[in-house]
Amino acid sequence: MKYAFSFLVVIVLIVVAGLGSQIQGMQYVFGVALPYLAILVFAGGFIYRVVQWAKSPVPFPIQTTCGQAASLDFIKQNKLECPNTTSEVVARMILEIVTFRSLFRNTKSEIHEGPQLTYESSKWLWVFSLMFHYSFLLIIIRHMRLFLDPAPFWMAWIEFGDGIFQVGAPNAYITDATILMAIVYLFGRRIINRHVKYISLINDFFPLVLIFGIACTGILMRYFLRTDVDILAIKRLAVGLVTFSPVIGVKIGAIFYIHLFLVSTLLIYFPFSKLMHMGGVFLSPTRNLKNNSRAVRHINPWNPDIKPHSYAGYEDEFREFMVDAGIPVEKELPVEKG
Amino acid sequence: MAVPKLEQLSKSVVQGPSLATGAIPTRDWMDIPVVFKEGNFAYPAKKEKVEYLNSQKGLHFPNAREWSPEHDDWKLPENWKEIILAGLKERLEKFRSLKIFMDCCVRCGACADKCHFFLGTGDPKNMPVLRAELLRSVYRNDFTLAGKIMGRMAGAREMTVGVLKEWFMYSYQCTECRRCSVFCPYGIDTAEVTMMIRELLHLVGVGINWILEPASNSNRTGNHMGLQPHTFKDNVDFLADDIENLTGIRVNHSFNRKGAEVLFITPSADVFAEPGLYTAMGYLLLFEAIGLDYTWSTYASEGGNFGLFTNNELMKKLNAKMYAEAKRLGVKYIIGGECGHMWRVLHQYMDTMNGPADFLETPVSSITGTRFTNAASTKMVHISEFTADLIKHGKIKLDKSRNSHVKATYHDSCNPARAMGLMDEPRYILDHVVDWVEMPENTIREQTFCCGSGTGLNTDEIMELRMRAGLPRANAVKYVHDKKGVNMLSCVCAIDRATLTSLMNYWNPDVRVCGVSELVGNALVIDGETRGDLDDGLRTML
Repeated sequence: MKYAFSFLVVIVLIVVAGLGSQIQGMQYVFGVALPYLAILVFAGGFIYRVVQWAKSPVPFPIQTTCGQAASLDFIKQNKLECPNTTSEVVARMILEIVTFRSLFRNTKSEIHEGPQLTYESSKWLWVFSLMFHYSFLLIIIRHMRLFLDPAPFWMAWIEFGDGIFQVGAPNAYITDATILMAIVYLFGRRIINRHVKYISLINDFFPLVLIFGIACTGILMRYFLRTDVDILAIKRLAVGLVTFSPVIGVKIGAIFYIHLFLVSTLLIYFPFSKLMHMGGVFLSPTRNLKNNSRAVRHINPWNPDIKPHSYAGYEDEFREFMVDAGIPVEKELPVEKG
Repeated sequence: MAVPKLEQLSKSVVQGPSLATGAIPTRDWMDIPVVFKEGNFAYPAKKEKVEYLNSQKGLHFPNAREWSPEHDDWKLPENWKEIILAGLKERLEKFRSLKIFMDCCVRCGACADKCHFFLGTGDPKNMPVLRAELLRSVYRNDFTLAGKIMGRMAGAREMTVGVLKEWFMYSYQCTECRRCSVFCPYGIDTAEVTMMIRELLHLVGVGINWILEPASNSNRTGNHMGLQPHTFKDNVDFLADDIENLTGIRVNHSFNRKGAEVLFITPSADVFAEPGLYTAMGYLLLFEAIGLDYTWSTYASEGGNFGLFTNNELMKKLNAKMYAEAKRLGVKYIIGGECGHMWRVLHQYMDTMNGPADFLETPVSSITGTRFTNAASTKMVHISEFTADLIKHGKIKLDKSRNSHVKATYHDSCNPARAMGLMDEPRYILDHVVDWVEMPENTIREQTFCCGSGTGLNTDEIMELRMRAGLPRANAVKYVHDKKGVNMLSCVCAIDRATLTSLMNYWNPDVRVCGVSELVGNALVIDGETRGDLDDGLRTML
């Protein structure tokens, strides 16, 4: 149901853009106004969310240590899993953000007769997540060709690498295939894996379907509907958008507007959704803190003024017992008048 | 509540229809209400305990009353919902962790089968992700634009009494062990989430007795057990007598002694009940063997801190005694005994909450000269760090054969492993005192499984839950028991020593539980001893 709904929404979006962009004058809305709005909402929303996070302090050092801490000189510290210095933290964060270190640890638990519990390494989620994110990243970088004139020299290297298999004409990009494969996997596990199935929300299906729609329309444009689109007109529009002098060409096909509309939707949706994990991962206090909290005092800006139940109060209550038991006291018992 | 027979529970965890065994509930989790019945909840806090805590300066424990989770009416204050939502808002502003963890989860499910409560109960709401969704759904509803507009479509739901009851159920089926946070790609820590839920519940007077009674005891008498100063001293004195009978060594220990070099603080459970008592005997023997100038304190006679399981204000108030006492007695630094959550507080909270401890000195072992720079600010050293350093420098004489009756394995307690990174010091000690083996690799170090009864859940009325939650740990012990003949489960946690004992009695009755310091005590060779053949170490009955 949740995924069907997500498909429905994306189909509606496609229809809206497909038909809407064909109405005279609406090209400007779909080709210029909406993309500008989307960029504004994305940038503004993203910054707003990060600022909102940053406004809340980190009152306590709650690092999760995933290895041996720095302690005695004959005990070997695990610098990447239990960082003690800023550079070690940076290394840990790079490993986390660039290689998805924590996901790499993933195991699958099973319970057998006995009972006997087993845990085996399970790397598929890690493999396909990496595949998804890196494909997406490369595709975005490749798209920079449209906005930059002339395209930077390294762009050619990326395109060459991505199309190294030289299949078909135009040359098929690896990332076009891998992003689709990754989406199919990530989507598939949400309807097959029983744990994930039970927890998945529309919030989880919708972005996947939306990105699937973006990828499909892009692929259609590049490989199958080339005659419908005028790549030069698109490039003029793209360069125009970044130079604030957009020009709408006549021959830009509907498929392009659909693609662009879905991208605009994704950008607008981004700051209000779980996609913000992109920013949040940098700020996660269990990962980005040093484990030196006994060596260097961490400051809590709202540290409340709370005093312990005082020793004096304690001794007042138990003085007699303490004296009887020979435990030293601050104030002796009053001498009884006889 | 009677605990089911071993055969029955063994079958149930494998075949019972649950998400862990393959059955997917047909209804959405939001539509499944919680049902409280004897055995699935810890008893609520007694009225007088809540009243006492509420009367203490700096603490806020309102709505003391008699109530039962089984009743429909929990006697919440009339404006309970405003209190909860205002409390949530306040905490979002005070804790970045909460905000990030509410916003960033992508429900990838990597955490789902990492939780011992989920593995043992198969209850979907015990998947860390879903446990967090219990709060996240309310957060979405009242604090996010998408939730306000789209409501349930965006995974949002209104705060109701039913939701509050669900919070109570599942924030007390989490031991805040942080295993899920190791596997989460964003480091989302369910402990943070359940800590926040528990704080919120206390705002409307919902808490459990097994936590609030020890906490109020600790505030008044100095320790969770409620031992008054003379009783605390008596208990330690008895241990000293036992040591003398066993080894011929008369240990010199003192209480509340000003001018000692070191203040020693350990969980009061160590001087209260087996098998912790033997660990305490280990400390006494070790300090005697090296002639450490140290003192116990009856005022700060608790290492543990049940405030950690309650709210940060109570945690701070209880913890503050340590520095206050260290200052009063004029010691140079503090050594802390073996305890898990105690060390989470000491390593990650104490200095921030109650520091700077500028009246103390950076700990330097007077025996080896080692400067514990890793404790330069907090000025508190872990007994395992201290002991490992002694062994490294050859300052104590150890006879491994004195532990020949023991084949040990080592349980990494959650907090020392995942909130401190103390993993190899105890292992280094074990290498020198006993023959021992590791449990399977996915169940040790940062991936260690909780005893199933931490965070104040070691109460008898939820014994079946505890045995279920402890199953992953017990099962790993069973593996090394069957394959390698392990008969002793060592650990550095006082709660573990109590809870793992129940767990072993149930799942692996041939395996006993001990502290690492007990094994040190067993192996110690001390000048002047007249020790016979102790075939069960410090546990030998004379």
